[in-house]
Formats: sequence, structure tokens, C-alpha cells
Amino acid sequence: MRHHLILRVITKILAGTIMLFAFYVQFHGDYSPGGGFQAGVILAVAFILYGLVFSVETVQQVMPPWLVHRTMALGLLLYAGTGVFSLLTGYNFLDYTALAPHQPEHGQELGILLVEGGVGITVTAVMLSIYYAFVGRTPVIGDEEW
Amino acid sequence: MSGQAAGDALAGHAAGAAEAAAAAERALGLAGHLPVLVVLVPFLAAPLAVLLGARRLTWPITFAAALFSLAAALSLLSGVLGGDAISYHIGGWAPPLGIEYRIDAANAFVMVIVSAIAVAILPYARASIAAEIPARQHVLFHALFLLALAGLLGVAATGDAFNLFVFLEISSLATYVLVAMGAYRDKRALTTAFSYLLMGTTGATFFVIGIGFLYMSTGTLNMADLAQIIAQQPGNRTIHAGFAFIIVGMGLKVAMYPLHLWLPGAYTYAPSAVSAFLAATATKVAVYVLLRFLFTVFGPQYTFEAAELTWVILPLALLAMFAASFIAIFQVNFKKMLAYSSIAQIGYMLLGIAMLSQTALSGTIVHLFNHAITKATLFMVIGAYVLRAGGAFYRDIEGIGRVMPWTSAAGVIGGLSLIGVPGTAGFVSKWLLVQGALEKGWWWMALLVVASSLLAVVYVWKGIETAYLRAPRDDVDRREAPLTMLVPIWIMALSTIWFGLSAEWTVGAAGTAAEALMSGASELPISGGAGH
Repeated sequence: MRHHLILRVITKILAGTIMLFAFYVQFHGDYSPGGGFQAGVILAVAFILYGLVFSVETVQQVMPPWLVHRTMALGLLLYAGTGVFSLLTGYNFLDYTALAPHQPEHGQELGILLVEGGVGITVTAVMLSIYYAFVGRTPVIGDEEW
Repeated sequence: MSGQAAGDALAGHAAGAAEAAAAAERALGLAGHLPVLVVLVPFLAAPLAVLLGARRLTWPITFAAALFSLAAALSLLSGVLGGDAISYHIGGWAPPLGIEYRIDAANAFVMVIVSAIAVAILPYARASIAAEIPARQHVLFHALFLLALAGLLGVAATGDAFNLFVFLEISSLATYVLVAMGAYRDKRALTTAFSYLLMGTTGATFFVIGIGFLYMSTGTLNMADLAQIIAQQPGNRTIHAGFAFIIVGMGLKVAMYPLHLWLPGAYTYAPSAVSAFLAATATKVAVYVLLRFLFTVFGPQYTFEAAELTWVILPLALLAMFAASFIAIFQVNFKKMLAYSSIAQIGYMLLGIAMLSQTALSGTIVHLFNHAITKATLFMVIGAYVLRAGGAFYRDIEGIGRVMPWTSAAGVIGGLSLIGVPGTAGFVSKWLLVQGALEKGWWWMALLVVASSLLAVVYVWKGIETAYLRAPRDDVDRREAPLTMLVPIWIMALSTIWFGLSAEWTVGAAGTAAEALMSGASELPISGGAGH
């Protein structure tokens, strides 16, 4: 892709914009269409576009496969951890009231924000790992990295 | 929590009430949360294992999570054996609006089976997995195992039809990948996993279409609520269609005879430990779902009078018992033989459902348990053979009974239980089925059960003959299986004898479970549990 000057320049400009839009969708998820799943896919698109234009190796310098796996787990843990927090503070699993017992409405908002954050992180990582699996047939995780 | 039980809106979460209730629940401790913790702990352990990524920590985490689930399931079962049900409201939202986990004797029993098998297989799996799967995949293997376990437990625990579908998919997706991991030993695992994926997804799609139809005409997803509304709409065609979709979808997951094609390949080419876990749990949980929908959601009257289901399930069950046993006789691969025998055994479970009496239904539920420990024993024995002899074909294991006497002796016990010899677990469940048939006056059915057991004698004998009466091959690794495998194998083998000799506990629990199913969960008194 070295000779596709326009593609490369546009990609560099767009990658940041796409990420910004992903965060917009993420944080407006509670009161407009959107949320963690859509935002996660959009955020992954920024990485995938970069990888398509500048080679997989380049994008893997930013998001190496081992980090993608860890991020996937982290998002899931953020989601479940929100539930476990309410469980440990004496409420039912995923009862967001636990996050702000004196203002349950704020607790609900904070809860959905955390949970959607977990969804967004996991979806980004899953999309990326699917992309990596398609473009790199040989396993890229070295034996010593585990 | 009083505010939450009543509250279907945020108003129910009034600060003062919530705080008082929270204080009361803190006193309860974690015990009140067991219905969700039994699923949550293995589910959380999976990403935790991946996040830590340390190969040495993975196995202890996995085993600890499985052990916790077993303890939680046992404690739940002891709480509901009196005939009560425990209800837990996720997020504090009261059913039917919120997701409810509802534990009664039937699903607590299934959860005990699933988690006990996981606990028994994990120590065994260490040596087997080390030989069959490259070290760099071990962390992911255990994470998938935990997800499959959490999914199966979730299917059992939940009282929400759509939540059930989600957990079914969690466990199925993990299972497809676990089966595909057999590719390091035999590349055919990949095509098998793919066809398993296609069939399993078709089944799940049918199931979710059925749920969609039910939701369309009832407006609810909570099973107890569904049961009440369906009972009021006997002539509704949409519900009829939903019923058909659900039965066919679960039929695929159960491996009901003509829909069984995914099973032999998946059990044959999966890694040995996975075969043992799947054979003992996956189809059992699917049978539980079938029971739950036939008896709780639709109710025996709807199912068997409106839909004449006896005459649909009964021929298929008989076909499975005879055709699959017959196919098993002509197999040359030990694992494939056991896979076909599993299809035949599922026939017995369906037979108990079709007979529609409490005795026969307890026979089905006991058979869930007895067949789980029997098949786990046998598949674990095969796993030890694969480790030493390098394959599961009969020609690989000729004369192996003399080389690996302990492993093979456990295999013989498992085989006897598979036939249903008195004194083994398999006898107890077949006895109950025969009793159920005689209660109905179907003496020909009792004869058919005995006749199909004779087919089991033939294929089990073929295995014993190969292992004991042929001359051992020279190139076989002439050693007994390692102790880490032998001990779990013998625990399972001895438990088939234990539950064959003292059947009070299993039969009693299954009787309560059958009673809970036949009466319909909506009528059960609710006790214990946090959140109301």
C-alpha cells in the first residue's frame, strides 16, 4: 500500500475521528441509540482500517494479540465485577442501586455506564481478534508469551 | 427485599427501604446469593484465567471454581429437596419483568450432576490434556472449559426462557471450540466441530424462534408466568407452532434419534477429557430443558393431550434404543461405539418422558445421573488408553487389559453399568423405567427395554473381548495410566457401584424432581433466597 498516498493520508486522518465517534456512541448509549456493542465495533473499525492500509504488523505494534486477549477478559470482568460489587455490598447481583444507595437513579445510570463500558471493551477486543485470526493464519502468540 | 419485590420501577428502590433491606441481607451473607453464585463463579473464573494468563495458575483456578460450584449446587439441592423452590431476582428486578433464577429439585439435581462431573474430570484432564493439546493453548482450554461449565449450570439455574437460550449458546459455543481442539491429535476434529456448529446452531435457532412465538402470544419470558398464560390459551396456533419449534430445536441438542448426526463425530474426535465431560453433561442438560418445557412451561396436559406427544416421542425413543445400539455393535472405534451407545441411552430417557408417569419420569431423571457417571467412567478409561496406546480404534487397544489392568477393570465396571447389570447404577434407572412401563400395563415395553439391553451386552462384550482376549501389540506403551488419571477413573467407577447399591439418595432426589416437574413450578411454595 506504499504507493496509495491518498489512502494512507485519509486513513491517518480518519482513524482518530472514528475513535472519537466510537466514544460518542459509547457515552451517549444511555439516552440515545447506541451503546457498548456498537461503540466497540466502531472502535475496532479504526484499528482494522489502520491494519488494512498499513499492514497487520503495524497495527499489532499498538494492539499485540496477547493484549487483545487480556482486554477481552478485562471487559467481561468489568461487567461481571459491577454485578459482584452489588452482590458484595448486600444487594442482588447486578442491582445497580448498590453503586449509589442514597440516589438509586444515579446508581442505575452509573451501573449501565460501567456495564456498557465492559461490553465496549470486550466487543472491540473480540472484533480485533477475529480480524487477526483472518489475516494471520499462523498463530501469532508465541509459546513464551503465556 | 420488600421494596424490590413490589417495585417494577425505580420508585421501588426508595433509599430508606433499600438500605434497611441491604442491612438485612448482609446478615444473610453470601448464602442467599448461591443461586447466582453457582453460575457466576466459573463464569468469572474464565476471564480471570485469561487475564492472568499464567499456565501454572490456570488449573488451580479452574478446579477451585468447579469445586465451589459443586458445593453450592449440593447446598442448593439440600435446600430444595423438601419440595420448595428458591427464587433469586437478578438486579433486584422482580419477575416476570426481571430475570429470575429459580431453583427446584429438578434443576438443582442437574447442577449437582454437571458440577460433580467437572470436579471429577479436571484432575484427570491434566495428564490427558498435556498429551493431547499444545501447552500454549492450555490457558484458553481451561477458560473454555469454565465457560462451558458456567453455560450448562446457567441453563439449569435460570427461570427465564430467553436467559436459558443465552446460556445454551455460551455453553454450545465453548463446546464447539473444545471439540475443535481435538485437531491437534486428529484433523477430522475440525470438520466434525464445524458440522456440530451447524447442527447446534440450527437447534438453537429453532429454539429461539419458538421462544419468539411464545413471547409474541404471551408477552412474557418468565417460565412460571409463561406456564400460567399458556394454560389459559389452549387453542392458540402461535403457541402450538412455538411448541413445535422448541421441541425440534431441543431435539437437536438432545440428539434425539433422527437428529443425532452431530454426536458421534463430536464425541469421537474431541480431546478425551472433553469427550468425557460432554458425554456426561451436555446432552443431560438438554434433556433437562426438554423436561422443563414439556412439563413446567407447557404442562403435561397441554403437551400430551393437545399435542399427542407420546406417539411422537415413543417411536423415536424406541428407534434410538435399537438402531443406535445396533450401529454401536459394528463400530471399530471405541469412542464412536460409546457415542452411539449414548444415543441409545438418550432413547431410554425419552422413553421415560413419553410414558408420562411419575415413576417413569423419575427413571428418566435418575438415568440422567447414572448414565452421566457411567459414560464419564468409560470415556475416561478410553482417554487413558489414548494416552498410552495412541488411539481409540479396537486395533490400537488389543490386549490392553493385560498391560493396563486397573484402567481396564474400571472400564469393565462402566460397561456392566451401561448394560444395566444389577448392583450397578445403570440397573437402578432401567428398573424404574421397567416399573413405569408395568404400571401402565405396557409389558411389551418392559420386554423391549430388556431386549435393547441385550444389544448393549453385545457391544460391551466386543470391547471387553478386544481388551482382554487378544494378544497385546508390541508397539504399545506398556505402562499403566498415571495415578492422576487412575484415581478419578476409579472414583467414578466406584460411584457407579455405590449408586447402584444404595439408590435411596438418587431415586429420592429424582422422585422429588419428577414431582416438581409434574406439578408445574408455578404451584411450588417459594422459600429462602435473597431478593424478596
